[in-house]
Amino acid sequence: MNSVILSTTARLLLPLIVILALFVFNRGHNEPGGGFIGGLLAAIAFTLVEKSAGVEYARKVLYFRPLSIAAFGLGCTLVGGLWGGIKYGYFLKGVWPFITKLADGSKSGLPVGSILLFDFGVFLVVLGGVLGILFTLEEVVASETDLEDS
Amino acid sequence: MILFWPVVIPFFTAILCLLAWKSTEMQKGISLAGALALFGSALTIFAEVATNGPFAAQAGSWPAPFGITMVADMLSAIMMLLVGFVAVCVVMFSFSDISNEEIHFGHHTLTHALFAGISGAFLTGDIFNMYVWFEVMLIASFGLLVVGGGREQFDGAVKYVGLNLIATVAFIAGVGLLYGATGALNMADLHAKLAGRSSEAAILASAAFLLFAFGSKAALFPVFFWLPASYHTPSFSTSALFSALLTKVGVYALIRVFTLVYDIDGTLMQPILIWGAVLTMLFGALGSLSQNSVRRVLGYSIITSIGFMIFGLGLGTPLAITAGAFYLFQDVLVKANLFLMAGATARLTGSELFARSGGMWRAHPALSLLFLIPALSLAGVPPFSGFWGKFLLVTAALEVNGYFLTFAILATGFLTLFAMGRVWAAVYWTPHPSGPRAITGSLGPSTLVPILALTIMIVAIGIDANTYVELATTVGAQITDPTGYITAVLGGAE
Repeated sequence: MNSVILSTTARLLLPLIVILALFVFNRGHNEPGGGFIGGLLAAIAFTLVEKSAGVEYARKVLYFRPLSIAAFGLGCTLVGGLWGGIKYGYFLKGVWPFITKLADGSKSGLPVGSILLFDFGVFLVVLGGVLGILFTLEEVVASETDLEDS
Repeated sequence: MILFWPVVIPFFTAILCLLAWKSTEMQKGISLAGALALFGSALTIFAEVATNGPFAAQAGSWPAPFGITMVADMLSAIMMLLVGFVAVCVVMFSFSDISNEEIHFGHHTLTHALFAGISGAFLTGDIFNMYVWFEVMLIASFGLLVVGGGREQFDGAVKYVGLNLIATVAFIAGVGLLYGATGALNMADLHAKLAGRSSEAAILASAAFLLFAFGSKAALFPVFFWLPASYHTPSFSTSALFSALLTKVGVYALIRVFTLVYDIDGTLMQPILIWGAVLTMLFGALGSLSQNSVRRVLGYSIITSIGFMIFGLGLGTPLAITAGAFYLFQDVLVKANLFLMAGATARLTGSELFARSGGMWRAHPALSLLFLIPALSLAGVPPFSGFWGKFLLVTAALEVNGYFLTFAILATGFLTLFAMGRVWAAVYWTPHPSGPRAITGSLGPSTLVPILALTIMIVAIGIDANTYVELATTVGAQITDPTGYITAVLGGAE
């Protein structure tokens, strides 16, 4: 498929959708959103590139091997779980290194910690997993149509 | 915290194998190190349970029954120990059994994902969480079944996936009904909430769903047909892993759920389990007689053994549960050993079909004797481990005057001996069809060490049976009176 309109918009939309995905991911702590949906959205961005310019180009844009992304994400979730395990003795316990409790009981600081790391891991697992499946399927289909053509 | 290591370690190993996808040698090293670490964590858990009794850990420090609980009593601890031991043996064996191509497609990654699922299922104290670990296990086992990519493997995988998906749906339906009726998912909590409610329609329906789900995972009569159709298709390492551990997870789930969650004493469930178990034994034994390749015979013999274990659960007396648990433990080792032996033998003779192999006794007499030990143990011949399992079961059956049940156990043992005799005659005793010089190869240490280690364990359990029966008695006592388990889970929540 060679559509100029599609490939031009895909190039424009890719960063936009990835930013939207990161926004949805960040929103997920207390509101609808989160790593799973964010990961799916980011996967859509790369799917668009793959549909307009082919698997080979999409792999180049993604830069890392999809399964390596998924593996790294799974590692992030495990580290996010172990962090609380090592610090407080409870696996998956939330750790907030940048938040300090004030004297009146309220909290201030940057809400970044083990839970965000865990969720980011989910984001990467979904992104890598979905793209890994999609790219493999596309390549199998492509090689079979090549066989039919020749 | 130590209760989470058996899940974390395999996942980490799987990640490292994925990241080291370029080098098959590196993946082998990582895989073996991961299996050893898993065994180490299982030893720690076992030591803790043996000295201080059942203990639990709450994820994220959310107290039970609200959070996710991991809990180990003697049954879980021994199962974990067996998972670790078999993991080390099978991973070592796979070095000479798995091709580089299969490693490239993710054999080691999937194997460790499978270990994570199995360990999670053995250690979780939450029935919905158990469903999740079953899923992890299923996804990994689907992958392992097709990783070789042959036509026969896909055929086996489709049958396996077909029934297992139905069973999984039944599992989640049962859990849903249970949650709707009681508002609880934690198994220790369910124990208290279900007391005296065992005749309600929703509870009975959920029990029936769960019985079907676990029964088909464990290959109980009449939902066993997927097992002989798929277990002989993947690589020998994979089928050793499946036969030693995967079906046992179904048995473990049946034992756990139908003692802790549901009180089946004197209900309709008890005769269903007993007669289901007897039919499973007999069908398995008869099926194994009609097969003509090594792994198909062994596949049916798995079904037979499952019958013995569930029989112990069905009788429900402390002695019967002890017997079932003892049989379960030693059968893990026997099955792993038999399948690894089948793999080693098939590599030497060139085939696992009866018609195309033979001559092992002439070429490798010592190795042939190594096959006899697990085979005789499976049939229940003293002094090997299987004898004590059958002995305890027969004692338990006679205790309740079950003469026909005793007859069924003994008859099945005899049929199994006959089936093993057929394997012995076809593969070891008769000459090889291509002449006496057909077997020229020899086996390396990565094949022989795991087989020897498993054989030594089987003989050790048979000779030093007292120690191991005492362990099984502790299991039986903890299962029939789960107070320790419940305090471990809910004790801190008051």
